[in-house]
Order: sequence, then C-alpha cells, then structure tokens
Amino acid sequence: MTDAVRKTPLYDLHLELGAKMVDFAGWSMPIQYAGIMAEHAQCREKAALFDVSHMGQVTLHGTNPAAALETLVPAALQTLPEGKARYTQFTNDAGGILDDLIVSNAGDHLFVVVNASMRDQDLPLMAALDGVELTEITDHALIALQGPKAQSILAPLCPVAADLKFMETTTATLLDTPVRISRLGYTGEDGYEISIPEDKAVEITRTLLAHDDCAPAGLGARDSLRLEAGLCLYGNDINADTSPVEAGLTWSIQKSRRTGGGFPGAARIQSEITDGPARKLVGIKPEGRAPARQGVEIQSTSGDPLGQITSGGFGPTVGGPVAMGYVASPHSTPGTAVNLIIRGKAQPATIVALPFVPQNYKR
Amino acid sequence: MTTYYSEEHEWLTVEGDVATIGITQHAADQLGDIVFIELKDEGDDFSQGDDIGVIESVKAASEVYAPVDGEVVEANETLADNPGSLNDQPEGDAWIYKVKLSNPSQLEELMDLAAYKDFIG
Repeated sequence: MTDAVRKTPLYDLHLELGAKMVDFAGWSMPIQYAGIMAEHAQCREKAALFDVSHMGQVTLHGTNPAAALETLVPAALQTLPEGKARYTQFTNDAGGILDDLIVSNAGDHLFVVVNASMRDQDLPLMAALDGVELTEITDHALIALQGPKAQSILAPLCPVAADLKFMETTTATLLDTPVRISRLGYTGEDGYEISIPEDKAVEITRTLLAHDDCAPAGLGARDSLRLEAGLCLYGNDINADTSPVEAGLTWSIQKSRRTGGGFPGAARIQSEITDGPARKLVGIKPEGRAPARQGVEIQSTSGDPLGQITSGGFGPTVGGPVAMGYVASPHSTPGTAVNLIIRGKAQPATIVALPFVPQNYKR
Repeated sequence: MTTYYSEEHEWLTVEGDVATIGITQHAADQLGDIVFIELKDEGDDFSQGDDIGVIESVKAASEVYAPVDGEVVEANETLADNPGSLNDQPEGDAWIYKVKLSNPSQLEELMDLAAYKDFIG
C-alpha cells in the first residue's frame, strides 16, 4: 500500500485515552484501551463506544436509487420505508458476496455504509449505476454506542433516540449538531451508530464517554462481540466464493427478490434457497479451552474433512472458545460432534446454533 | 540465583542446574488478555529455539520458544485453569516451566535486567 495510513477525526482522542493503535484497512485504529476482556464486558453489561469512522459512508441520490441499487444486492430496497435500514450484500455473478452493507432510506436519498476494506471496490460499483449520484461523506465521523445502557446515555442528550427501534434511522440534533442516528450495530447488543460532522466528533464523543456507564472499546472487542453474536465478518466468514444462503443470510433476502431475482448471481442463490446449499456456516463450540482460529480444519469424528473455521477465538461472555465455520450440509445440524485439527491434534467440538449469546435488540 | 532475559521476552532464574522460566511482564502486556496455554510434559527434551508451548490471548496465538537447551522438570499446572494469572504475575506465581539445563554455557548469550530494559526500550 503506497498511501499513508489514514487517521479518523478521533485519532488524537484515542491516543489520549491510552489506546493501542493498529493499521486496519489503511487506517490507524484503536485495537484496545483497557483490554479486550474488560471492553467486551463493558459492552455486554453497560455501554461501549467504538470509533467506526473508517467505514465508508455514502449517499445515493437520483430518481430511484433504491431500484438502481437492487440490481447489485438481493435485498428489497424499493419497499424499504423511510427511516428504516436494511442489511444486505453486494453479490457477484457467481452468487458470491463482494461485501456486506447497511442501506438506509433517508427520505430523498439512500444512506449506505460499507466496510473500510472494500470501499475502493464498492464505491465505483454504486457510482456506475444509471441515474444514481453517489457522494462519499468524508467529513463525518461514525461512532457506535453499543450496550444495554446505550439508550439511557444517549436519550438525555437526544430524546428521539429513545423512540427509534432496531434498524430505524433518523436525523437528529445532538449537542446543537445535526447528526444521523441509526439504532443498529455489530455487537448483538442494543445500540446506535451516529454519523457526526468531523469538527464536532471529539466533543460529542467526550460527552458520551463522560457518562459513568460508557467507556471506549476497540476493534479487538468489536471482533469478539460480533463473533459471540454470530455476525459475519467480511473476508473471514463471507467472501466472493460464499453465497448469502450458505452464510445463513437468507433472512436478509426478502420474498419478492427470492422469486423475482434481478441481482447478480440470482440463479445460484435462488436454487440454493429452494434446494439447500452444499455447505453451511455454523456455530462451533470447542469442548476444551483451546481457541480454534481462522483456517483450522473441521473433520467428522471419523476423520473426513468437512470444512474450515472462518472466525474463531475466545468468547469472553461465553467464558470459553467459540468459532464459526463452513461444514458440508449433512453435518450442519446443531448437536453434531466434529473434530477441530488444532496444531496437528484433533480436538472435540460440537456444531451449535448461532448466536452464542442472545441478541439484545430493541424491537 | 541469577535472572537472565531472552530476546523472546522470557526470564530465567537459575539455581544450580535448574532454571525457572516464564514470560516477562512486557510480553504479557503485549499479548493482552491471556485465555489459554498449552505446555510440554515433564521429561520432554528441547533445544534452544524449539517451540515449547503456546500462549493464546483473546487476539492471537503466540509460541513460546526455548531460550536454552534443557528438559522439563515441571510445568506449572495452575496455568491451565487460570491462564489470566500470566497477565497478573508473569514474573511471579505464573512461571511456566522448571527446566534442567543441558547446556548452561548458553546462559551467557542472554541479557541481564539492565540489558533487557534497554532492549524493550
């Protein structure tokens, strides 16, 4: 990479808060502050604040950007009501996933958030759509306030936050600043993502962190939280070869699109919905204490290869190792015993239903 | 009783021909929250540079490399149930091995505390 590492509007604040910084997708980001275990528990029990300004924020204007974007993703967007957000994926012609994203109906335009690592692919895809004017929002920070106390921290400063339900979004005023607040996240907990003009990002973040129930958390805890919540990480659990059906994301394809198609790779995705995929992304609970990380082979108890771990580590709330991976569909039923080949040794594990920790959304 | 330090961030306290080996506080801080350790068994032989254990933090797995040649006299059994003690007392109760040195002259290649402090900056 020839570009200099990019810094978010909160970079200096991270250093002041004692963050350990790492390069991630071309950005200098906090991996941890107090420690991953403490930050993870903070999010499950109270609230944690994450800087996710590295993610790509764009607006799509035009006569019908929802119809145009539907040609790239399998979600129904023309029926997405104003003020609602939907999770979907860019698919390729082979039915694999090019990235995952959140699309919000912001009234006269769509507001889209994509992964930092895939921004350079995703933005040209959307910019090339007929009748769509794409604008990248480069002057806004994006923070995620996540945890059961998120509402009680945010609502006193911004009452409308209490009225939002899961996957709802609105513009609002926070400390005299126009922001976009969306009730969603990547931790399995209730919470918000807030898009903030960069010149007010530090002030608003400091104000939220000043609350007794709020503490900063880094990418390390973000990963352990999303893994326990059974949420896919692009590049690990989903990629250009895995289909949304294999990845257990069929719920994100609304009925009209399942029958109507009209998105890249529809043939494979529709046939997998009808006939079932050859492999499935499953939860895997190792029986011992050894974490099973990305790339570990999954075998049947008789030694046949079934697939690989795509995300794995220690689940602080679970109190033990947790993992996700693909296995051949006949072996994907929860309760199935498998072996994980960790450093050459077969370690017993069980296929389990996802998530590992119940999701705690405000429906 | 003399304590030596390796570039792999291990400490060795030597009494006679037996060394107690652990990881330094600096190493523990760099690893972050430690959640798992896998150790060799009593009686296992190893050579300098061999992989003699695995320490896993929430983030990643890291190998423990043998700073000297030797044989495991005792592995600290308490670590399996309490891997977090490696974060709290890596230079105390959370020692990893007691080993019988088979080539004590290798100790001369290691650092003393002052040199190790320079090494980690």
